[in-house]
Amino acid sequence: MSPRPGFVLEVDRSTPSTLFWHGEGYRLEKLPVGSRVLYAPEPVDALADPVGAIRRALDEPLGDAAPLRSQLRAGMQLTIAFDDVSLPLPPMRSPDIRQLVIEQVLELAAEAGVDDVVLIAALALHRRMTDAELRHALGARIYDAFAPHGLLWQHDAEDPEQLVHLGLTDQGEDVEINKRAATSDLLVYVNINLVAMDGGHKSVATGLASYKSLRHHHNAHTMTQSRSFMDQHRSELHSSNWRMGQLIAASGVKVFQIETNLNTDTFPEQFRFLQRREWEWTTRDRAAFLASSKALQATPDRVARSIFHSIRAPHKMSAVQAGEVEAVHARTTENVYAQQLLEVDGQSDILTMGLPYICPYNVNSIMNPILVACLGLGYFFNMYRGQPLVRAGGVVIMSHPTPWAFHPGHHPSYIDFFEQVLAETTDPAEIGKYEEAYATDPWYVHLYRTGNAYHGVHPFYMWYWCAHALEHVGAVIIVGGDRAAVRRLGFKPASSMADAFEMASDVVGRDPSITHLHSPPLLMADVR
Amino acid sequence: MAMKGLVFERNLARFAASRVASAFSGSGRGAGVGPLHLTDVDPPELPGPQWHRVHPLLAGICGSDLSTVDGRSSRYFEDVVSFPFIPGHEVVGTLDDTDTRVVIEPVLGCVARGIVPRCGACAEGRTGGCERVAFGHLAPGLQIGFCTDTGGGWSNGGLVAHEAQVHPVPDPLSDDDAVMVEPTACAVHAAVAAGVDTGHTVAVLGAGTLGLCTVAALAHISPPGTLLVGAKYAHQRRLAEELGADVVVDPDQLARAVRTRSRSLEASGTLTGGADVVVDCVGSDESLTQALSMVRPRGTVVLVGMPGRVSVDLASLWHREVAVVGAYAYGTENVGGLLRRTFDIAMEVVAAKGLGSLVSARYPLDRFEEALAHAGAAGRRGAVKVVFDLHARERHRGTRPSTKGPVS
Repeated sequence: MSPRPGFVLEVDRSTPSTLFWHGEGYRLEKLPVGSRVLYAPEPVDALADPVGAIRRALDEPLGDAAPLRSQLRAGMQLTIAFDDVSLPLPPMRSPDIRQLVIEQVLELAAEAGVDDVVLIAALALHRRMTDAELRHALGARIYDAFAPHGLLWQHDAEDPEQLVHLGLTDQGEDVEINKRAATSDLLVYVNINLVAMDGGHKSVATGLASYKSLRHHHNAHTMTQSRSFMDQHRSELHSSNWRMGQLIAASGVKVFQIETNLNTDTFPEQFRFLQRREWEWTTRDRAAFLASSKALQATPDRVARSIFHSIRAPHKMSAVQAGEVEAVHARTTENVYAQQLLEVDGQSDILTMGLPYICPYNVNSIMNPILVACLGLGYFFNMYRGQPLVRAGGVVIMSHPTPWAFHPGHHPSYIDFFEQVLAETTDPAEIGKYEEAYATDPWYVHLYRTGNAYHGVHPFYMWYWCAHALEHVGAVIIVGGDRAAVRRLGFKPASSMADAFEMASDVVGRDPSITHLHSPPLLMADVR
Repeated sequence: MAMKGLVFERNLARFAASRVASAFSGSGRGAGVGPLHLTDVDPPELPGPQWHRVHPLLAGICGSDLSTVDGRSSRYFEDVVSFPFIPGHEVVGTLDDTDTRVVIEPVLGCVARGIVPRCGACAEGRTGGCERVAFGHLAPGLQIGFCTDTGGGWSNGGLVAHEAQVHPVPDPLSDDDAVMVEPTACAVHAAVAAGVDTGHTVAVLGAGTLGLCTVAALAHISPPGTLLVGAKYAHQRRLAEELGADVVVDPDQLARAVRTRSRSLEASGTLTGGADVVVDCVGSDESLTQALSMVRPRGTVVLVGMPGRVSVDLASLWHREVAVVGAYAYGTENVGGLLRRTFDIAMEVVAAKGLGSLVSARYPLDRFEEALAHAGAAGRRGAVKVVFDLHARERHRGTRPSTKGPVS
């Protein structure tokens, strides 16, 4: 049976309560009659033979690329870069897609006699992965073959010895990327595609870039000009990465891009109710919901966090394509849209969303308030094509505990950003005056290079990610959040959804239209 | 008319009881069982012809008073106080039988003690550093409020002060302003001792009375490049900002804030760079440890809060050649090459910053247990300075309405 398409439900009196993610937990909320609930299409089918599909993709590349095996030869220098721990979400069950793909690439390389191979985790300014995370992503066999010999690298955007400046785009953007990747005879990039923004030229131009390069598109201006950054045709973020990617290609860097689509089968059996439509919940789903809700209420936050972060998602590869970057990414994007797009008729006054415990930047970590803002206003708000789900001047209501808590090892500069920068201004256009100081702070640089810390500038990027939403909406309300933390973000705290609607009425009147973005699974609204 | 005063006796059993009570119930809670009691007192004798009687209007409760009442003060002070004594050294009162309001500069230096020639410190105007505090014609005592011969501010029986110790209060200053002059003088002295330059980063630990007065003094006398304050409670944070702090954070976040501004690295829990000056207005193991962790190499830690016996790892002090400087009391300050009495500067700071607003609650003497408990929990209870109100229901002249509301 083929997966069902997405669905827009209009709430009536018989509609059961709607599930909202709420960090390491969830809430059932009764939405007002007439509200719309957007349900994502069901997960597409997984590839029956993923390894066979990978081999076919390598042998039958898209665009003007030659088959991978024909590009491999003894004596050449081969670099294989791969997406870091920020993908997929949640981390997938073994074997990870990166392992499946890289094993096939290495097999071809071995057949061709290539012996100068280096693997690079494309961190950009993300934190370094731990050994366990690398081992999980690559599998024990690859990890043990490369890591002990110093052939498994993590991109270091702060090591001038590891970087090469390739030039300026026609818009004056610096393109500075990893030297080993740029100077190899062939760079194979292994991508995992979860949302439309991932992949394409962004893989190399962002994942292997330096701050000097990234600052040209990771800023408030670019973000407000990306409507949305999930829509390639209206995304300045996309355009900037494309200019850089084309310059990289013109500089002679030979990239063989491998992109994979994952289906949206996000949670294992015991949490399956999360991605079912509520009126279709079985007795077992209701029992699972009740049991896990009760258990989580009695569980300390730290333990609940640990439980959720131990989840390994069952999602599977649904497509793989390889070859020339733009041709590959066009196919990948088609696949993303086929799985995630849902037609929605018009905007609403209020957009509600439940935010989960995880986003790309807190895998095995704490979802701090800045990441809460970024997930809601950066990611979920931007999951649209055409126009935002909420009208200009409308209200976004998010549900999340938003604890005033930070992982000191992963997010040290976030703490200072929260205490110093957001205490002064929450305007993305204003915070830029602090950016340079954070980006060049020697302590943050040290922690990024030697520990497992996000780069000092990273919280700025998270806030820039929110820029389009902050410019567009009239108010942001967080239900059930730490009140002080929510206020520091510049948002309004509400103790219940009913209170939030009451507060929103000050902005949008007493009879607002409401749309709820139901997740999981992920969906992208095609708003007409 | 019977005169009442709070008298502090030497009684080891009661010392121990107050120490236990304050340890279990909180600072100021030792008053009920300790060596402090309200009793009839006689006005003190005038020690000499240059001495005056001062009738207190308001008398503050200071951190050092609380330490004494709680039985937590250092044994160092045993030989420089004399029992029984009436505490209270933050005093605004009226002079002799006039309506002239004065504040007391309570330090008992050579001049007050009739010692001739004066010691080196007193000769230089540094009366806080007097080398003869236990000698001369007065019983030992660092200050009025710790000397059996002078009386103290926590009494409507009055106290005696040498003419060198009384400062007329200018009319524009309210009684609340005036009672803040003495703690502000301590803060002024600390601000000068800190040797702050315009480019310096200065961190102030603690935002009780002394901390806030220090912020005000620094901002008024020698504003640094960046003035950071670690303040625990919301009202303290608001006041610190109003008084001139550039950055106010929770005390736990102060080192982090200093690190960001100084762009330091960290090693062994200590910043490799740090603040040029850290002013410790708490005086505990924890605060001194914090201060040492955030001061830069060859920087200065100024101890303003009265420490007792503390246990601190001094390895970083040694390794990073940090200077720890005590800042006690006042006398004469060299500000911009000009020698001025600390109290004169303090009056300017009080007036400029409106420090009378820090007076949060007043109590009559007979509610001293409540007053001390309130002072001991001032931060938690949203207060800063708690005072005894001696505007005489018993005495019917010389009172001047204060700017504050009714007695708490």
